[in-house]
Amino acid sequence: MTEELVIETKGLKKTFVSKIKGKKKEVEAVKGVDLAVKKGEIFGFLGPNGAGKSTTQKMLSTLLPPTGGEAKVAGFDLQKEQSQIRKNIGYVSQAGGTDSGATGYENLILQAQLYGIDDKTAKKQAEELVKRFQMDSFADRPASTYSGGQKRRLDVALGMTHRPQLLLLDEPTTGLDPQSRVYMWEEIKKLKADGVSIFLTTHYMEEADNLCDTIAIIDDGTIIVKGTPMELKNSIGADIIVFGFSDENIARKSEQLLEKFHPEKITLEETFVRLHIKDGDRAMPEVLRLLDANNLKAQNITLSRPSLDDVFLKYTGRSLREDNK
Amino acid sequence: MFIRNMRQTLRSPIFVFVSLFQPLLYLFLFMPLLNGLGGVPGLPAGKTVQIFIPGLLVMMALFGSAFVGFNLIDDIRSGVIERFLVTPVSRSAILLGRVLRDALVLLTQCVLITLVAIPLGLSVNVGGFLLSLVLYAMVSITMASMSYSFALIYRIEDPLAPTLNTITLPLSLLSGIMLPLALAPLWLQDLAKANPFSYAVNASRALFAGNFHNMDIIEGFVIVFLLMSVVFWWSLNSLRKLEE
Repeated sequence: MTEELVIETKGLKKTFVSKIKGKKKEVEAVKGVDLAVKKGEIFGFLGPNGAGKSTTQKMLSTLLPPTGGEAKVAGFDLQKEQSQIRKNIGYVSQAGGTDSGATGYENLILQAQLYGIDDKTAKKQAEELVKRFQMDSFADRPASTYSGGQKRRLDVALGMTHRPQLLLLDEPTTGLDPQSRVYMWEEIKKLKADGVSIFLTTHYMEEADNLCDTIAIIDDGTIIVKGTPMELKNSIGADIIVFGFSDENIARKSEQLLEKFHPEKITLEETFVRLHIKDGDRAMPEVLRLLDANNLKAQNITLSRPSLDDVFLKYTGRSLREDNK
Repeated sequence: MFIRNMRQTLRSPIFVFVSLFQPLLYLFLFMPLLNGLGGVPGLPAGKTVQIFIPGLLVMMALFGSAFVGFNLIDDIRSGVIERFLVTPVSRSAILLGRVLRDALVLLTQCVLITLVAIPLGLSVNVGGFLLSLVLYAMVSITMASMSYSFALIYRIEDPLAPTLNTITLPLSLLSGIMLPLALAPLWLQDLAKANPFSYAVNASRALFAGNFHNMDIIEGFVIVFLLMSVVFWWSLNSLRKLEE
């Protein structure tokens, strides 16, 4: 392997033992996960709630001892070199972990002290982080007065206090309003530009699609598929172009004509023709020209490209969106 | 860690005084009752304040520190503890910072109550009092650690209060704080001997009287110290298991 990896796991496993009415019950939360996160990339761990995303991330952050398997985080062995890992990674949990009674500054300074940074440097760094994450207007107020987006900014700043090379973010934008979410995406991209590797969990398709270089989809404790958002979407196959015509006759003629493009699949349903074709955006102009030339006028046309939701649907047989409801 | 927790307390210093209210009530509404009893075994006439205050201070350490677990649950829920756990800071510092804060709050209260009681006829042996503060601090650390252990195990408030009440009430009843155990039937006295804090109360009384040669003192210190060590270790263990 030539590329440097910041996270590498083999068969990472976590089994919880819970006692319900005296009966021991084993729950396999993570059933042997293999991950390879490259240095400098944004790696998205996508899956519905309860799929094992957070559990995996907690293991990688040293919070939770794994039941089995091996892992290297930031170059250190997860079983043996936990204190080294703690020094080299930042972790922002879903709850965040700001001390709501303290101000942003107090939170940041304490965090620095926990990493053994002396008071003077801690203060200076806190000021830098406040500027970096644009918290000037509220950093000297108690965190209990912050909006969701402001609090999240402080959470991430806390995670970046000791300038880790790897940042673990557990659902960084869950519960944020759309504006704050976009802002957070920008911040995460900026961190990447600064050379920080990011491993984030999310159950938002758009987030994984927009932000991540590599995605692993996890369901029920197992990784079902890995790849770049593009690769995953292409694995679904063709784009779909739907044509609506004024009557069934025209639709039928169009269907026969469009066979010329050797589509993956073409279906006729009343006045609608569905054309399944690779690179639909590129094929579209030519398709339109041909229809025009034969005087077959479509009333409406929609091009839909496969989304990561379709990817999830293909591999699990369920829609992620339904799961989240 | 200690400073962070101290700051948390100082943000609402009013509570340090609110929690003083209960011991003050005992001082003014219960002690006069004992005065009337003066002369019964274990309670020499005219000296009730001398017997009662050292016990009351131990009780403050018992109750005052027993419910600190609630404030840890807040920190667990908001992810603060998790955030601390992923830093290289030592696990024991996370708890030590808290129990030392709790002990300091308690000692402040003990000093205040003692000052209030002096005009009521309490005579204080200064050296003994300072030593007894060490004892109260240890009792306080024991109770606080226990409280944190349960908080770490339950992680929700609901079962915490009944559990802590169930433990603290017999501990205080069986320590001879309210009334001297000399009044108790023999079986009750035997039961009290199993209560580590009754030794703390005896030691506290001996120290206030300045009886430094009294074996009760050494007994009290050794027993409370051992108990404190065990309970603190338990809380540390609970913290390590938090994520399981």
